[in-house]
Amino acid sequence: MPNIVYFSNVSENTKRFVEKLDLPAVRIPLQASDQIEVAEPYVLVTPTYGNGKDESGVPKQVIKFLNVKKNRDLIKGVIAAGNTNFGDKYCYAGELIAKKCNVPLLYQFELIGTPHDVSAVKERMDLMWKQF
Amino acid sequence: MSDMLISSNEKENKMKLASKITRPVNWNKIEDPIDLEVWNRLTSNFWLPEKVPLANDIPSWATLRPDEQVLTMRVFTGLTLLDTIQGTVGAITLIPDALTMHEEAVYTNISFMESVHAKSYSSIFSTLCATTDIDDAFRWSEENVNLQRKAEIVLNYYHGDNPLKRKVASTLLESFLFYSGFYLPMYWSSRAKLTNTADLIRLIIRDEAVHGYYVGYKFQKGMERESPAYRAEIKAYAYDLLLELYENEIKYTADLYDPHGLTEDVKHFLHYNANKALMNLGFEALFPHETTQVNPAIMSALSPNADENHDFFSGSGSSYVIGKHEATKDEDWEF
Repeated sequence: MPNIVYFSNVSENTKRFVEKLDLPAVRIPLQASDQIEVAEPYVLVTPTYGNGKDESGVPKQVIKFLNVKKNRDLIKGVIAAGNTNFGDKYCYAGELIAKKCNVPLLYQFELIGTPHDVSAVKERMDLMWKQF
Repeated sequence: MSDMLISSNEKENKMKLASKITRPVNWNKIEDPIDLEVWNRLTSNFWLPEKVPLANDIPSWATLRPDEQVLTMRVFTGLTLLDTIQGTVGAITLIPDALTMHEEAVYTNISFMESVHAKSYSSIFSTLCATTDIDDAFRWSEENVNLQRKAEIVLNYYHGDNPLKRKVASTLLESFLFYSGFYLPMYWSSRAKLTNTADLIRLIIRDEAVHGYYVGYKFQKGMERESPAYRAEIKAYAYDLLLELYENEIKYTADLYDPHGLTEDVKHFLHYNANKALMNLGFEALFPHETTQVNPAIMSALSPNADENHDFFSGSGSSYVIGKHEATKDEDWEF
């Protein structure tokens, strides 16, 4: 079964999307000092943030998580959340992680995701996991 | 039955009124990290219409047919009306309901920025249009039944006494009601018309996303403190209000866009954004996937590529960015 590792801040939009997928999921802690290490292949789900200073849009907790080599080695794909109102910054965190980790950007969704997003992601994850 | 339910948010407000201590806001003690995050986001997004070279659109404006010019002016007076409400009533009425003092400060930023948005449309008008035409468009906005109805519905809730309902109204305004208007500049932009105006509208669209996210988030925080029964009542109310506004919005859209054959296209954009407004409130999307498929030309106008359409010399184009500065160093001055 596909595994998910995700980050969600206190607004919990991404958490809500992940819960709808109904797959085993681990949350990257909000406190950047709390570090987790994974032992199995996973797909990363991350929101895109812009705070003006940080151009990447990748939450710092996710950067810290991916800085651990073992975590980086096991990533199989990334799913990004964002808002099309931000124009070409839409889901930018996903594009960046996909490029840096050399994995596919599997899907992009907005806010908490629609029912259509949930079924599309489940389908893609199933297909992908059959290839392992 | 519903009248029997007392909201704990309302109770708290009454207690707040009773307390007499005035506290200074301490930004070194953050209760809710989202307050600081959103404050930073909003202040770093700050812009003024004077930074967008709207005058470059004068030749393009002249290529629009008279009826297309009238449509554009009417759409912009409609947007001006909504921004006026948000700036002078909407964001202000949220302040007394704030859960933290930082939240109050964020609302003052939102309120001011909405006034900047409202003023931006006047910059567009004064750059592109004749005074008599502007006056006609403003008169239209004051006389159009559906536009006035839209304002009336929202204002009713702003003036009501329910903090959660106020936030629902505010989020629906920010994330749904603007979009019948935003459609048009994106449509023109997709046809390489009024591209500088579109740059300005994109800045507004970006701001509205942050406003909708923030007020929607605070709404959800407020909901967490309520009983399941009361939460269910508010949720039903949110969907009802959305549908009431939607019905009116369809009429308003038809008034504007029917003569141009664009109403159906605009509706898809409305459904798509109505779903996003609900999601900002933490509720599930209502409109089915097929009805939310926005014309790809409009979607790509929302997200222009950096290399497309770029007017290097004016510093604008569809990839408009506010200029960055760098402090001067001693080495810069060794002549």
